[in-house]
Amino acid sequence: MNLTIQRHTHMSLTISLPSVLSRLTDGSRALSASGATVGEAVADITRRFPSLAPRLIDDAGQPYPFVTFYLNDEDIRFSGGFTAPVRDGDELTVVSAVAGG
Amino acid sequence: MTASLLAPTGEDTTGRAGFTALSLVCENCGARFDPEPSAICLTCLGPLVPVYDPNRSLPSRAEIQTRQKSLWRYHEWLPFDGTPTLSPDSGFTPLVEAPELARRLGVARAWVKNDAVSHPTLSFKDRVVSTAINAAHTFGLDVIACASTGNLANAVAAHAARAGKPAWIFIPHDLEPAKVLNTAIFAPKLVRVRGTYDDVNRLCAQVADNFGWGVVNVNLRAYYGEGSKTMAFEIIEQLGWRAPTAVVAPMAGGALVTKLHRGFRDFAAAGLFDDSLPRLYGAQASGCAPIVRLVERGSGRIEPEIPATIARSLAIGSPADGLTAARGIADTGGWAAAVSDADLVAGIRLLAETTGIFTETAGGVTTAAALHLAKTGRLGPNDEVVLCITGNGLKTLDPLVDALPPSPLIAPKLREVAALVEAA
Repeated sequence: MNLTIQRHTHMSLTISLPSVLSRLTDGSRALSASGATVGEAVADITRRFPSLAPRLIDDAGQPYPFVTFYLNDEDIRFSGGFTAPVRDGDELTVVSAVAGG
Repeated sequence: MTASLLAPTGEDTTGRAGFTALSLVCENCGARFDPEPSAICLTCLGPLVPVYDPNRSLPSRAEIQTRQKSLWRYHEWLPFDGTPTLSPDSGFTPLVEAPELARRLGVARAWVKNDAVSHPTLSFKDRVVSTAINAAHTFGLDVIACASTGNLANAVAAHAARAGKPAWIFIPHDLEPAKVLNTAIFAPKLVRVRGTYDDVNRLCAQVADNFGWGVVNVNLRAYYGEGSKTMAFEIIEQLGWRAPTAVVAPMAGGALVTKLHRGFRDFAAAGLFDDSLPRLYGAQASGCAPIVRLVERGSGRIEPEIPATIARSLAIGSPADGLTAARGIADTGGWAAAVSDADLVAGIRLLAETTGIFTETAGGVTTAAALHLAKTGRLGPNDEVVLCITGNGLKTLDPLVDALPPSPLIAPKLREVAALVEAA
């Protein structure tokens, strides 16, 4: 039952962006967003900052292979990708996957 | 004080004059950028790689052979203009023919590219740190850092110590003790992070974004990765300017296979060998094999995994170069194989018993995968195979403690030796 409530409720969360994207957000690297899922939250900030959209969402509406989203430090690919549900106060961190190895 | 190791006495003491990094281009969208400590495209966040002048003067085989035996003998294919000032003598490790290993594999000939004796830290990471630390130097970045599964930590700490640069090293909290000690001895700031390598890697991406350091496998990655190409160059030269038919290499982030592919193509394009490109085979532990599984699926994306293997140096569940490694494998007609932890321990023993080379768990994975590829017909009796052994067994002793037979304990009596000889 809680899942149903969450699905229809817009949660408030913070999205942290890498510095290379802050030039597209008037210099801000931490944005407030709302939505019931990671995808909805990302869509929320891309409505306010349209030039972010092609950097965060590919043509199929999915994350790019070279951009990773962490919801409270957990890679969202383990929890449903953009369909992963969010809760009030969550932190979503966007990190370039071009790292490591 | 930074050591200026190659610059003539009396010249620039910063080591930066006359030595510059190459410009960068995005592999995804083609946008070009001036040389900078960034590995991601400002336009699309895609990966950046160095831009080489296609009209630059390239050396002949004979000219290369006159040069110092280090990775810098191939400097025309490394991402700089001018003479490097730091880490001048890594690379050019032995290529050791292994006839008994070839017999066990059922192939025509086999060699070990032995980076287990790489200078100075006994792994192929000396190659990538050699290029990364010079990139840091050209950009005036005095603090060097990395996220590491162990070997890179050793290399960054050692190369930074020699260069007189402070180093910050981030590692998973449960790394093998030898790899921790082999880093700590160089007195870097060594930070253990609660979590997997992928957690450490994500943290270091944020560190690079906030502290202005040269994080070798994050913001210096475009220059760092190029060092791995030199393993391919050396294989071609050490075989007498020809290619093997197959190369088997371990995969963690996938960068080594990606850069081996690039290196072989670079030398083919330069006319330095005439054979076909070798088939590339990637090896992972089955407890963390996202690239192998992508190769087996044939298309799609990397599906990240939570690592569960004793091969810690390969335990990267979200490999940054997994897709390009899989493409390189497919383009050359190769394949990939995952092996169990028990098989990798057997692989360490097989390599040691047939070649006299003691490798770490990653090398056990490579050897066991080669055996698996041979048994399944991917390697055949006409193949000439190079195994890329990337690290030293002295760093990962724990898996062997219970794997080897106990040694007999005797009194210092000749008759006791005679009894052992009789029983042998």
